[in-house]
Amino acid sequence: MADANADLLTTHVERIAPNELQIRRAFRAKPQTVFNAMTNPELLKRWWAPCSLGVILHSAEADVRVGGRYRYVFGKAGEPTMAFNGRYLEVEPGARVVYTQVFEPMPQAGEGIITSVYAAHPLGTLFTQNERFPSKEVLDGVLASGMERGMRETLDQLAELVPTL
Amino acid sequence: MVETFAALAEPNRFRIVELLRAGPRTVNAIGERLDLNQPQVSKHLRVLKEAGLVDVEARAQQRVYGLRAAPLRELHDWLDRYRQLWDARARALDDLLEEMENPHGRRKR
Repeated sequence: MADANADLLTTHVERIAPNELQIRRAFRAKPQTVFNAMTNPELLKRWWAPCSLGVILHSAEADVRVGGRYRYVFGKAGEPTMAFNGRYLEVEPGARVVYTQVFEPMPQAGEGIITSVYAAHPLGTLFTQNERFPSKEVLDGVLASGMERGMRETLDQLAELVPTL
Repeated sequence: MVETFAALAEPNRFRIVELLRAGPRTVNAIGERLDLNQPQVSKHLRVLKEAGLVDVEARAQQRVYGLRAAPLRELHDWLDRYRQLWDARARALDDLLEEMENPHGRRKR
């Protein structure tokens, strides 16, 4: 059990269907705290664009209620910005959020549906996020372009990253 | 792996690899499809070949470029790249969450 818990404190990403990813990670905090950190725009700025990746979250707005919209604008310093936007389909504070996601540089990719679940767990919270895209091809494209963009942005950090892959 | 990523970091090379996923093509066919001139395409193909991403085969009078399977299998690490991103995010979140639940700086761990 101790091993299983330690394992949950690392991040798991699985492709659970051709067009769907699942992210799982436990946090040592109450579900409501994790929910707040992940949905409040001011708090989001503290973690969403890790400085180790050289990306800055320029602005984040989020009206976290059913039908409300959000938009996150990000990019590397001095380079053109990119943004995600979408709207909230379901909001259960401290427990669950479902929202749409459009990556503005790739509007042809359509809308993804993101389901985030914050479940009470002996460690604190088990966070599970499912990201469902319109098709396998779109998910391939999202992953590929993310990689390509990441590479262009952070080639200098690549040397550190690659040995861990 | 580093070579694979570095070769793909250039947007046009990435487009060439994406195009070749559909099957082998000649330099001219690649150039037409991606709106690049022949010297540009040849230059990119040379880098891709050095990274082991493409192979060239002579067919009649033409040289046909196709993807090599092995490095592309490594590209399935796309997913791992995404995991790296989320892992970095989660570590930043760990610090924030601790601060949120222990606002007076008392450390749990």
